[in-house]
Amino acid sequence: MTDFISLLMQGKRCPDSGYVLMNENNHPPADQRPLQEILHEELNDPAAVKRYMDLNHEVSQQGLGGAIAIVPAKMLDTIINYSRRSSLWPMTFGLACCAIEMMAVGAARYDLDRFGAGAFRATPRQADLMIVAGTVTYKMAPRVKRLYEQMADPKYVFAMGACTIGGGPYAKFGYHVVKGVDRIIPVDVYIPGCPPRPEALLDGLIKLQQKIDQDDSMARKWAGGAA
Amino acid sequence: MDSAAIISLLSENFGEGIEASPATLAGDPFVTVPAEQLREIIAFLKNDPALAMNQLKLVTGVDRGEWIESVYHLYSYEHFHALTLKVKLDRNDPRVPSIADLFGAAEWHERESFDMVGIRYEGNPNLRRILLPEDWAGHPLRLDYQQPKEYHGISNEAAV
Repeated sequence: MTDFISLLMQGKRCPDSGYVLMNENNHPPADQRPLQEILHEELNDPAAVKRYMDLNHEVSQQGLGGAIAIVPAKMLDTIINYSRRSSLWPMTFGLACCAIEMMAVGAARYDLDRFGAGAFRATPRQADLMIVAGTVTYKMAPRVKRLYEQMADPKYVFAMGACTIGGGPYAKFGYHVVKGVDRIIPVDVYIPGCPPRPEALLDGLIKLQQKIDQDDSMARKWAGGAA
Repeated sequence: MDSAAIISLLSENFGEGIEASPATLAGDPFVTVPAEQLREIIAFLKNDPALAMNQLKLVTGVDRGEWIESVYHLYSYEHFHALTLKVKLDRNDPRVPSIADLFGAAEWHERESFDMVGIRYEGNPNLRRILLPEDWAGHPLRLDYQQPKEYHGISNEAAV
C-alpha cells in the first residue's frame, strides 16, 4: 500500500495494473488536498482524471469506497472476486428429480454452506446463482427465462443433469422438453449426471468459484488510455 | 360381483349396445358402450345398491389408429369390485358427453384426455388444456402427431 501512495505522490503509475484508486473521503494522509486536485497534478490529462473520478464514484456507490484508500485495480478485482465466490446465494428453485439431489447438497451431509452457497433465497432479486435442476419444459421455459432476467448482476447459471444440458432422455421424442437450457439462458457450468451425485454439484460449485477468481473486469476496464 | 356378472347386468338393463370384451382377452375385462348411453350407464353403476361404484379411478383417452377411445375405470369401495368402460369415438370428430357432474374427479381427467388425445367432452365446465401451454398446437398422444419445429423461438431440433 505504502508503495502505491509514494508512487502516486511521485506522479507515477502503479506498475501492477497501471492504475491507482482513491476514495474522496479517505485519501492518503501524506496529502490532504482533494482527490481531483491531486489527480490533475499527477496525471496532467483531463480524460484520465475523469476516469479516476468515475471509478472512485462507482466504487463508493458499491459500498466499498469507505474501506479503500488506494487500491490497484487488480487488488480490487481480488477483493470483489473473493466476496462474490464466497457468498454465492442460490435461488430456491427446482424443476424435477435433480432438485431432490440439490436439496441433499443443501442439507447437513453434503453441506453446501461450507462453500458459502447454502443461503437459498426465495426471490431472484437476492440470488446470485440459478441452479437449473431438472427437466425444462416449453411451458416452464418462459418462466425460467423471466426468473433469470429478474436476478441482479453478476449472476451465474448451473445446468444440472442430462435434461437441462441437452434434453436427456427427451432429446429425440420429447415434444415438450427444451433440448438444453442454454437455448434460453447462458450457462456457466454444466454438471452431467442423471441426476448428478451431490459431489458433482459441489465440484461444479468449485469450478464456478475458480471461474469467478479469474474475473479481471476492473483491471480490464481501467487498463487502457491513462496518461 | 365379478366383471362378467356386472357386464351381463348392464346388458339386461341397456340392451344391445353393450359389448363385452372377448373371452380370449389376456388382460382385464372391459365393456364397450355407446357414447349416447354412457351417462346413464355410469349413473346406474354409481347409484344401483348392488353395484355402488362410488369411485372414479381414471378417465383417459387412447388413439387406436382407426378410432379413438375414451376409457373409464370405476371401483366400488362398498363391494370391492371394479369395471372398465370404453367408448369408441370417430377419429375425425371425437365427442363424448362429460361425466364431470356425476364424478367431480372427472373434470381434470377429461381435461387431460382432451389435452393429450383431443377428445371433446361435451358438458365439461372448463374444457381447456391442463398440462401443455394454452397456445400449444395439436394433441401429442395422437398417433399422427408431428413434433413442433420450434416453440416461441426456441428450436426443438434434437441436439444430437
